[in-house]
Amino acid sequence: MIWSIAWRNIWRNKIRSLAIIIAVTIGLFGGIIYDAFAVGMMQQRVNAAISNEISNIQIHNPSYLLNEEVKFVIKNQDNIITGIKEIEGVKSVSSRIKVLAMASTAETGAGIMLNGINPENEKQVTKLSEQLVEGDYINAQDRIPIVIGQKLAKKLNARLRSKIVITAANAEGIISYGAFRVTGIYHTENNMFDEINVFVRKSDLSGMLGMNQNDVNEIAITLFDHDQSIPITNILKNKYAGQIKREELTIRPWTEITPSLNAMIEMMDSFSYIFMIIILIALAFGIVNTMLMVVIERIKELGMLKAIGMTSQRIFQMIMLETVFLSIIGGMVGLFLCTIMIKYYGYYGLNLESLKEGYNSMGFSSIVYPHVNLTFYLGTTILVIVTAIIASIYPARKALKLNPAVAIRENN
Amino acid sequence: MGVIKISNLYKIYDESKIPVKAVNGIDLTICQGEFTAIVGPSGSGKTTFLNMVGGLDKPTKGEIKIDNIDIGDLPPRKLIDYRLNNIGFVFQAYNLIPVLTALENVAFIMQLQRKGKKERNKIARELLETVGIGDKLDRRPGDLSGGQQQRVSVARALASKPKFILADEPTANLDSKSTNELLDLMLKMNKELDTTFIFSTHDQRVMDKARRIITIDDGKVTSDVRKNGSK
Ligand SMILES: Nc1ncnc2c1ncn2[C@@H]1O[C@H](COP(=O)(O)OP(=O)(O)OP(=O)(O)O)[C@@H](O)[C@H]1O
Ligand SMILES: [Mg+2]
Repeated sequence: MIWSIAWRNIWRNKIRSLAIIIAVTIGLFGGIIYDAFAVGMMQQRVNAAISNEISNIQIHNPSYLLNEEVKFVIKNQDNIITGIKEIEGVKSVSSRIKVLAMASTAETGAGIMLNGINPENEKQVTKLSEQLVEGDYINAQDRIPIVIGQKLAKKLNARLRSKIVITAANAEGIISYGAFRVTGIYHTENNMFDEINVFVRKSDLSGMLGMNQNDVNEIAITLFDHDQSIPITNILKNKYAGQIKREELTIRPWTEITPSLNAMIEMMDSFSYIFMIIILIALAFGIVNTMLMVVIERIKELGMLKAIGMTSQRIFQMIMLETVFLSIIGGMVGLFLCTIMIKYYGYYGLNLESLKEGYNSMGFSSIVYPHVNLTFYLGTTILVIVTAIIASIYPARKALKLNPAVAIRENN
Repeated sequence: MGVIKISNLYKIYDESKIPVKAVNGIDLTICQGEFTAIVGPSGSGKTTFLNMVGGLDKPTKGEIKIDNIDIGDLPPRKLIDYRLNNIGFVFQAYNLIPVLTALENVAFIMQLQRKGKKERNKIARELLETVGIGDKLDRRPGDLSGGQQQRVSVARALASKPKFILADEPTANLDSKSTNELLDLMLKMNKELDTTFIFSTHDQRVMDKARRIITIDDGKVTSDVRKNGSK
C-alpha cells in the first residue's frame, strides 16, 4: 500500500508535482537535445571531412609530411594500391599528386593546394564530383581542366572557362608554370577547404612538373564503415611493416590526419557532460527544496503514521518513492519529447540558415541532423532519475528523524 | 492482561534553563476494560502523560509497565512494533491518511501488521459498519465530516486489536452531537470488546460518560474517582 499511498500523494498538490515533473522533463530534454545536435553536427562534420576531404586513411612518404614537396613520392605505389584493394572493408582507393602552389588570374593570385587526381578513381573516394555548383567534373575530353572551389573563384574573380595560371616547384625545386581552364566550380560546407583545394588531372600535373607518369604523393582510402578506420589502418601497418620500418611509408587514419577534428569531438563530448552536470545540479536543488516542503507540510501526518506504528524506514521509502515516481514520469515525458523532436529533425534537419556563414567558415553544415548516442540517451535518463533519488534523501531523512510526540503536538 | 502500571512518572522539559515539570510524579494503575478520562486545565500535562503512556515520548524518570513490560526499556525499533500491536491511537486531528479511503485507512494498520489482504478488508469493513460508516467505505477523509472521521479513527485504532486505546482530546474538534455519538461509540466498543480506553478531555459532557475520572493539575494527580458500577 506504500506504493499506492506514494502514488496518490504526488497528486495531492498537482501544481507542485507538475513543477518537478516539468523540471525533470526540461532537464532531460535539454541535455539530450543539446547532445543530439552537438553529436549530429560533429558527425556530419566528420562524415563530410572523410568523404570530401581526407578519406578514412591516407598513405604518404614520411618525408612528404615534413616537407610538402612533390619529390617525396610513394615508392612502389602500384603494388601498394593493388595490395590495399585486396583488404576487406576497403571501398576505394585514389592516388594523388599534391603540391603547394600559387594560382593566379589576370587580376590576382592566391596560395592553394594543388591536387592532381585520376578523375575516375577520385569519384569513388571523394564526393567532389557531386559538389559542383557550376560546370562539370573533369572529363576525359577536356583540355587542361581545373576544378576550383566557389570561395577561391570569388577570391580570384574567376568564372567558368577562366584561365588560371598555376605556379609550383617541381621535383628539382625549379619553378614551373602551367595554364589551366576552369571547367567546374564546387562548393562544400567547409569554406576553408573550398578556398584552398584545387583539382587537376594527375597526368596534366605530372607533365607540368616533369614527374613520372605513376608518381604520387598521397594514397587515399575510403572504407565502407568509418568505424573501421583504425582497425584497417592497423592491418595496413602490419602488411607494410617493412616499408614503414625503412621509412618509405606512413599510414594514418583520419583521427591522426586531423587531430583537431578529433579533439573537437572530445571537446563537444565534455561540453555535453558539463552541460548535463549543470542541469542535474539545478534539478537536484529544485527537488531537495520541493520535497523538503512536502515533508514539512505533512509533518503531522508523518508523525501520526509513526505513532500508529509505521517504521521510519517505511516513511523514508514512501518519500523516496514519491520522488522516484515524479522523476520517472518526468523522465518518460522528456524521453518522449526527445524522440519526437529527434525523429522530426533527424528527417528534416534543423536549418540554421541565419548562422550559415559562421558555421560554414568553421567547416560545419548549417543544416543539422541530430544524432542520438544510445548510451548517452539511456545514461542521461538513469542519471536524471538517480539525481532525483539522491536529492530526495535529505528531505526523506527529515522524515526519518521525526519525533512523533513533537510532530503531533503541532496539531494544537 | 492489559494492566498499565505507572509509577513515579516524571517529564521535565528544558532541564537546562527553567525546567517545566509537565508530569511531576504520577503513580497510577489502569486495569483491563477501564473507560478512563484524564481531565485538567490546559497545560496541566495531559498530553505529555498520554504520550509517555503511548510510548511516543520518553519519561525523564519513572516507569510505565504494561503487563509487566517496561516500555521505557524497549529499543526504538521494538517500541514501534509494540505500539503497532498493542496500542491504538486516536488524536484530535490528522488521524487519517488523506489519500486513502476509509476502508483503506483501517486496513492499512493491519497491513503494517502483515495481515492478509482478504482478512484485513473483512475486518475493516466489519469495524466500519460497527462504527456506522458502513455506507461510506470508499470515501476519503476529506469527504467525511469531523465526527465521521473520528469514528473511522476509532475503527482504525480498534483494527490492530490493541490492549488499550489512547485518545488525546478526540472530541475537541466536534460539535456536541458528534461528541455524544463518538463517546457512545467508544463506550459501546469498551463494553462489547472489553477494550481499555484512556482519553483526555476538557469537556464536561465527555467526563460525564467516563467510568473513571483522573484529574491532573500541574503534572500531578489531584483526584481519581471511579463511578459506581465500574470495575
Ligand atoms: N516540548 C516541550 N518543551 C517544553 N515544554 C513543553 C513541551 N511540551 C509541553 N510542554 C509544557 O508542558 C506542560 C504540559 O503540556 P501538555 O501539552 O501536556 O498539557 P495539556 O494538559 O495537554 O494541555 P492542553 O489541555 O492545552 O492540551 C505545558 O506547560 C507545556 O507548555
Ligand atoms: Mg493536550
